[in-house]
Amino acid sequence: MKVKSLLTGVAALSLLGGAAFAQDRTVNVYNWSDYIDESILEDFTKETGIKVVYDVFDSNEVLETKLLAGGTGYDVVVPTGTFLARQIQAGAFSELDKSKLTNMGNMWKDIEERVEKYDPGNAYSINYMWGTTGIGYNVGKVKEILGEDAPVDSWDLLFKPENVEKLKDCGVFMLDAPTEMIPAALNYLGLDPDSKDPAEIEKAGDLLKTIRPSIQKYHSSEYINALANGDICVAVGWSGDVLQARDRAAEADNGVTVEYAIPKEGAQMWFDQMAIPADAPNMEEAHEFLNYIMRPDVMAKASNYVYFANGNKASQELLNEDVIGDTAIYPDEETVSKLYTTTPYSPKVQRVVTRTWTAVKSGQ
Amino acid sequence: MDEVHVAAPPRRSLGAWLLIAVPYFWLFLFFLAPFLIVFKISLSQTAIAIPPYVPTFDLAEGWQAFTDSLSEFSLENYVWLTEDALYWKSYVSSVSIAAVSTFLTLLIGYPIAYGMARSPQSWRPTLLMLVILPFWTSFLIRVYAWIGILKNEGLLNQLLLSLGLISEPLVILNTNLAVYIGIVYSYLPFLVLPLYASLERLDGTLLEAAEDLGCPSWKAFWKITVPLSLPGVIAGCFLVFIPAVGEFVIPDLLGGSDTLMIGKTLWVEFFNNRDWPVSSAVAVILLLILVIPIVLFQNQQQKMAEKEG
Repeated sequence: MKVKSLLTGVAALSLLGGAAFAQDRTVNVYNWSDYIDESILEDFTKETGIKVVYDVFDSNEVLETKLLAGGTGYDVVVPTGTFLARQIQAGAFSELDKSKLTNMGNMWKDIEERVEKYDPGNAYSINYMWGTTGIGYNVGKVKEILGEDAPVDSWDLLFKPENVEKLKDCGVFMLDAPTEMIPAALNYLGLDPDSKDPAEIEKAGDLLKTIRPSIQKYHSSEYINALANGDICVAVGWSGDVLQARDRAAEADNGVTVEYAIPKEGAQMWFDQMAIPADAPNMEEAHEFLNYIMRPDVMAKASNYVYFANGNKASQELLNEDVIGDTAIYPDEETVSKLYTTTPYSPKVQRVVTRTWTAVKSGQ
Repeated sequence: MDEVHVAAPPRRSLGAWLLIAVPYFWLFLFFLAPFLIVFKISLSQTAIAIPPYVPTFDLAEGWQAFTDSLSEFSLENYVWLTEDALYWKSYVSSVSIAAVSTFLTLLIGYPIAYGMARSPQSWRPTLLMLVILPFWTSFLIRVYAWIGILKNEGLLNQLLLSLGLISEPLVILNTNLAVYIGIVYSYLPFLVLPLYASLERLDGTLLEAAEDLGCPSWKAFWKITVPLSLPGVIAGCFLVFIPAVGEFVIPDLLGGSDTLMIGKTLWVEFFNNRDWPVSSAVAVILLLILVIPIVLFQNQQQKMAEKEG
């Protein structure tokens, strides 16, 4: 440890010297909102002299639209796997120069293998965080309505009309993301969650339509506050977001207890990947930033802050117990084996999916 | 234009031409040019590329490439809009939501503007200020605040429950009613301001004359005040109706999942389907739906004015 800190000290000194020559080195990072411990950015600047211009978005769609319009001015962006795959196809990213990414060895092989589906050979991206899409619920209210043995660990809670009808008045939210909800419905029906067959997608749509009258709102971020405030009972949501709601409710001490469950039938696993746009103005700095992020201590700090699992094996021993030890964040082997991933839809199937989703939402 | 008026066109100096050129240049730069770009995209096809449609013009490839890509244009996207009932349902629903909201805004806005115009001269700047005051807070935050008021455990329900007026909380948030409330609240100043301007200019002696001649005041209001304030009413209603048709933020935040509005449909096309050509076609049709009736209406007005003149 001592040797290491001495070395970093020397490195920092020499880099500070370097920084004096190149005053204006910057890196423009575009990441999800509430997705990093800001001190990581400050430390990065201290060590490398590179100024971080940090900007945030809250949906993959917004990021994608900017990328496809071109000339974003960003050097590092963080799309989710399915979106990344299509963006690679569109030529939105520059291939990583792995000779500059010396910390690549810290990454978790299991995650890298799963990401192959979106980014073959992990040529364009590194994993930042990964998580699951499951069910967030208000423990007290759900048990009050459905009894002690409420199926909170199962999609039955949502997809069985007799359950969800009872929860209706208490409030049920669903993600406004067809790429999450249609695979979940397919999986519940025992079909391939990654199905591209319009007839099967239609079936998933029918299931979603039958429970539609009990869904108060389809939205991808409002459920965090709504769960935390006790305004709603159940929400389909992303792991880290529900855990944020859990912590907010605990902090507010308002008598609301929120829990997150990965349903036993399986849930979607997703990967947020850091990549460099093809027209990034600061390629060099972007690589330095990615390499810094892949340091075990940095990645551990990030996960300890946002309560999401990361794709960095070496960081695991530095994680807090309430992160690495929480099966909602790092699920056990058995749960992981039931998680599924999806691939992007072709434009034609995408239209079927979106149309089905609009029909579900609007009841038309 | 009428032939009689054209008979002796006034000679315009260079300065006058320049003066007219400025707004036309502005219109060209900020209306016509963007519109032509949108129109061009609406004739293209989607592609997984940057930008996500073909054809794109690249002047470096020469004239031949340019004319070749012209042949790739098609009206396919417009045909698609007619094939799926979703689009016209969205248009109809947007127009009706906007129309109802405009009517409600007028119902609330007219008494406000009337009251302001009839208030003592010294109060008016303060009252005017109060109408403008909400603009000092971000539109988004004001709409968000309504979530806190209208939700099941919100301020409104708590108040009504504690007064004993209701025994069950009213479900208002995430319904069309919430959208009406949001639109009426957000656009009220746009109606009140032009209406106030026309009511304030109203010649009070006309009302006095009516009264002297024995006309009851409600009748005087109906026969004099209302017709004379009509230009203000029309201007105000347009200012509410037009943005309300294309509204996205209010239905997204306050509306329910069955609130169908063209702004949301367009968002889905653009962001979820990544279908810039179809969303451009939706936008072009929306523009036509709004512009054509307004142009017809103005022509009608002009003709009527000329007849009276």
